[in-house]
Amino acid sequence: MKTFRAAVAAPSFTAWVSVVLMVLLFIVGASSYTGFGSTQVVLNLLIDNAFLLVIAVGMSFVILSGGIDLSMGSVLALTTMVAAWLLQVAHWPAGLVIVTVLLGGAAFGALQGVVVHVFRLQPFIVTLAGMFLARGLCFLISEDSITIDAPLFVTLSQTQIPLFGGAFVSPGAVIALAVLGAGLWVAHCTAFGRTVYALGGSEASALMMGLAVGRTKIAVYALSGFCASLAGVLFAFYMLSGYGQHAQGVELDAIAAVVIGGTVLTGGYGYVAGALSGVLVLGLIQTLIAFDGTLSSWWTKIVIGALLFVFCAVQRLLSLKKVSA
Amino acid sequence: MAASAVPVLELSGIHKGFPGVKALSDVRLRLFPGEVHALMGQNGAGKSTLIKVLTGLYTPDAGEIRLDGQTIAPSRTEDAQSLGIRTVYQEVNLCTNLSVAENICAGRFPRKSLLGGGRIDWGAVNAEARRVLAQMDLDIDVTAPLSRYSLSVQQMVAIARALRISARVLILDEPTSSLDDAAVQRLFTVLRRLREQGLAILFVTHFLEQTYALADRITVMRNGETEGEYLASELSRLALVNKMVGAPPDQQPTRLDSRAPTVGELALKAEGLSRRGALHPLDLELRRGEVLGLAGLLGSGRTETARLLFGADAADAGHVQTQGRTGRWHSPREAIAAGVAFCSEDRKHEGAILDLSVRDNILLALQARRGLRLVMSREQQQALADDYIRRLGIKTASADTPIGQLSGGNQQKALLARWLATEPAVLILDEPTRGIDVRAKEDLMDAVRALAHKEDGKGMSILFISSELPEVLHCSDRVLVLRDRRAAGVYRRGELDERSVLEVIATEPAAA
Amino acid sequence: MKFPMNTLARPLAALALLLAVAAIFVPGFLHLEIKDGHLYGSLVDILHRAAPLMLAALGMTLVIATRGIDVSVGAVVAIAGTVACVLVGSHGLAVAFAAALGAALLCGLWNGLLVSALGLQPIIATLILMVAGRGLAQLLTDGQILTVYEPASFFWLGGGHLLGLPVSLFVVAAVAGLTAQLMKRTALGLFIQTVGINPVAARLAGVRTAAIVFFVYVYCSLGASLAGLIIASNIKSADANNAGLLLELDAILAVTLGGGQLSGGKFSLAGSLIGALIIQTLTSTIYALGVPPQVTMVVKAVVVFAVCISQSSFWSSRRTA
Repeated sequence: MKTFRAAVAAPSFTAWVSVVLMVLLFIVGASSYTGFGSTQVVLNLLIDNAFLLVIAVGMSFVILSGGIDLSMGSVLALTTMVAAWLLQVAHWPAGLVIVTVLLGGAAFGALQGVVVHVFRLQPFIVTLAGMFLARGLCFLISEDSITIDAPLFVTLSQTQIPLFGGAFVSPGAVIALAVLGAGLWVAHCTAFGRTVYALGGSEASALMMGLAVGRTKIAVYALSGFCASLAGVLFAFYMLSGYGQHAQGVELDAIAAVVIGGTVLTGGYGYVAGALSGVLVLGLIQTLIAFDGTLSSWWTKIVIGALLFVFCAVQRLLSLKKVSA
Repeated sequence: MAASAVPVLELSGIHKGFPGVKALSDVRLRLFPGEVHALMGQNGAGKSTLIKVLTGLYTPDAGEIRLDGQTIAPSRTEDAQSLGIRTVYQEVNLCTNLSVAENICAGRFPRKSLLGGGRIDWGAVNAEARRVLAQMDLDIDVTAPLSRYSLSVQQMVAIARALRISARVLILDEPTSSLDDAAVQRLFTVLRRLREQGLAILFVTHFLEQTYALADRITVMRNGETEGEYLASELSRLALVNKMVGAPPDQQPTRLDSRAPTVGELALKAEGLSRRGALHPLDLELRRGEVLGLAGLLGSGRTETARLLFGADAADAGHVQTQGRTGRWHSPREAIAAGVAFCSEDRKHEGAILDLSVRDNILLALQARRGLRLVMSREQQQALADDYIRRLGIKTASADTPIGQLSGGNQQKALLARWLATEPAVLILDEPTRGIDVRAKEDLMDAVRALAHKEDGKGMSILFISSELPEVLHCSDRVLVLRDRRAAGVYRRGELDERSVLEVIATEPAAA
Repeated sequence: MKFPMNTLARPLAALALLLAVAAIFVPGFLHLEIKDGHLYGSLVDILHRAAPLMLAALGMTLVIATRGIDVSVGAVVAIAGTVACVLVGSHGLAVAFAAALGAALLCGLWNGLLVSALGLQPIIATLILMVAGRGLAQLLTDGQILTVYEPASFFWLGGGHLLGLPVSLFVVAAVAGLTAQLMKRTALGLFIQTVGINPVAARLAGVRTAAIVFFVYVYCSLGASLAGLIIASNIKSADANNAGLLLELDAILAVTLGGGQLSGGKFSLAGSLIGALIIQTLTSTIYALGVPPQVTMVVKAVVVFAVCISQSSFWSSRRTA
């Protein structure tokens, strides 16, 4: 009993729960439906959700610092639109386009960070307005979608990187996993990452401890902006188009993935690795529903909302217990 | 004890003023290496302002700070820290979600070489943390999150962080307010060890026992001035208490009201009321038509008692009995329904609804008790509010003025009106005269006595709390003296004067 | 509870300015005429189209006044409209409307429970319903647009006229009037402001803070459900994908334009209504000018930034430093 108590109190508890959940879902799927238990099914999860994984990594950092970023989906869409326009209309070389949009995303995020920090505004309202701004800018560029036919993008869209036993993975998935790895490294091994955790624990204390609160806050939003635009690039590989209606509601999926992955929404607790388990859980739920065939796909949203509630409620109750102990 | 005669840190002639108030006047302080120096004084004496000057949060208007003989002028907290002046505050300002080791090393992590990617060397971080904690004779799992440990251990970690980079001066601001006795002893052991190592320690406190247990030297502050610096061995408890709370020489001697009050039946009775960390089991009786004063030093448990009696905090044990209702209040609503009212000392955070009008503030408690239905028509509301404004002499442009625009004293009066409007059986007043000028204080105290002393013995029962002893004695029929969060004695009017109360407060407890 | 005219001065001035600009650049903007016994014109159109937003803004005003926020408003709009459309054909108008309001009541209770009893931050608590709620609505219609053909009385709410004016206006007027009376004739307004300005002092003064918080979330959801019914009635269908999409930002913007502070406290129902009209006038003007409608998103975002930055404590701290 005592070890159970200690396990529950450990900060990694909810993170492990999500891993268990992920494995459970896979087992349920593999035992219920033929064809579910193949490696390719899991790899397809990664391929289809590569962009979501990148967004979830960026979102993890923001949430760990005690904030939230509702503009990520819109920045993704804006990135695809700007990239498509630069490629198809302005005829820029693909490499330059990618670099430009990545820098642009980081700059957009940094701007939001400056507004949050300097004017002491709540992140949700600033990024909510940012979301509107980014989507509106999409449509200012073009109301319709712009198809991308630049050779680099087309190649990357169709490439299949072969793995063992006939399974394959996309370049996007590889990039996403690399981003996850980089995120893990930054969170655990750099002063910036540790300051992010400190901010999420107590901004006032972090200030008193002499940590670089302002710089870190702005950098966190710049990082999420960068991740959003990188996800946009991956999305552009995937969809081969730029469109203002891409990725509606993706930020909510990312928040759900991060929370389900064990990160607490109030900040300071959780692991960036949780982004992967959270995204896979979401993907598995969607795949399960698709395999089932009888449940409409709308159930996904409801299940995600329910999971979100359970995780938030449990996190809240655990934190209340800590206070009274 | 004091190894050298040259002070490490010396302040002289420090003046600091803010708009409308002079916080520090010609303050001086000397810290010697290898000494624990206690800084004592009541609320408003200027202790925290002085600390903020030392740590660079405030710049003094005049005066000099010398470290090892060199004049310094820290203008930011980083300046003071780099000079070797480390401060640990009452609220442990650490991030409890991070590990112990990380809290100690944050901001200055040991890193691996560039070959390792310049990443944080966690092995070195943990080793460093263990090293610093060993200096304080503390052996804990440094990889565990800080939240797992008690507040006293967290405080040790805060001190460890402060000491990690070489320190000359360690300032502890009210470190023991939230600690129990065992934790206090552990802290003192560590501080004694640090003292032996030659550190100069400034220990801000208001607890007498602790001062005499630990300090070598005492500086007393009152009203923004340095009252004096003494060796602990040469200053008696009574003399110390006198210097902290004694009546200023120009105040009028306590007026004795020869009329004995007619007291009625029991209005409020508390038995064994206690709360962990706030109050030891306390018994209290209050009769109709009497004023019971609560006297004691800061930290003796006065406000804690009031909050427990009002249900603002939940008691762990004991119960409260009023006319017809016995139990433990779980919320202020229950106490209000039983006829208890509480005028908090922290009017800014716990009293005034700043953006609302004076009228709305006055009517709030009355309305809250009634519920959604308006208590009375608008005209009647206006009349009631105006009545109180006039009766208490609240200076305001109109009843519609937002209360935030009133001066502190007038805000206090308006909040008092709020509770008077509920016509309570028991009225608890916590520092009601703070921020009010002398003339108005007299009027207020007379008004308080008038509320209680009615000819038919059916007056209000009042619990009067103040850190100004002369006031408590002037106003009260009986006085309950608190010391170290427990009752030290109850005395009737005429049985005591200021000196005897001071003696009660200053006396060492019979058993340790 | 008096709302002195000068606090409404800025929003009114903004609205007047906007109308003036529209009158100059859009020919016939201020033109009103009576056709088929109904009053027609751009102005009437704006009032009619703003009705759902005004209802959402009224609810959001009270929630923000308690220092909270409700981002599930759009999802509740979708749920209410969907429930009504699904039931109206088989069970009639009364049952359909009652069910829609009932569903919204449950949503409000849910939000209130999470914020008040569980103590979750309002943004997080209402985010859950925002995610799951729209999914529920989509489930009921299987993501398709569910068109309603009968009874004809269903269309009266969103498309009918009363005394020459759209019915939606009367609904808004009724709700606004009822709310105003509630605030004026009971202590509710006082309690809501107290909880928002200083929740600690409110509790010590004996105010039932938990019950007040519960109430405002229920009220907000009910307002959203009325908005959802008007929308569904107006487009004669349930569109779970798009109904009320991003309505929450518009509602928050309307409240801040009307002078409400996101940090809670004093509120102005009239101000929020004017704020909603400003937003709708902006949208209609942009549309009439032939500018792509998504430009409104950019304009709204800029306005939110401007309003929030101007309200920031950054300026007051500069003065005292």
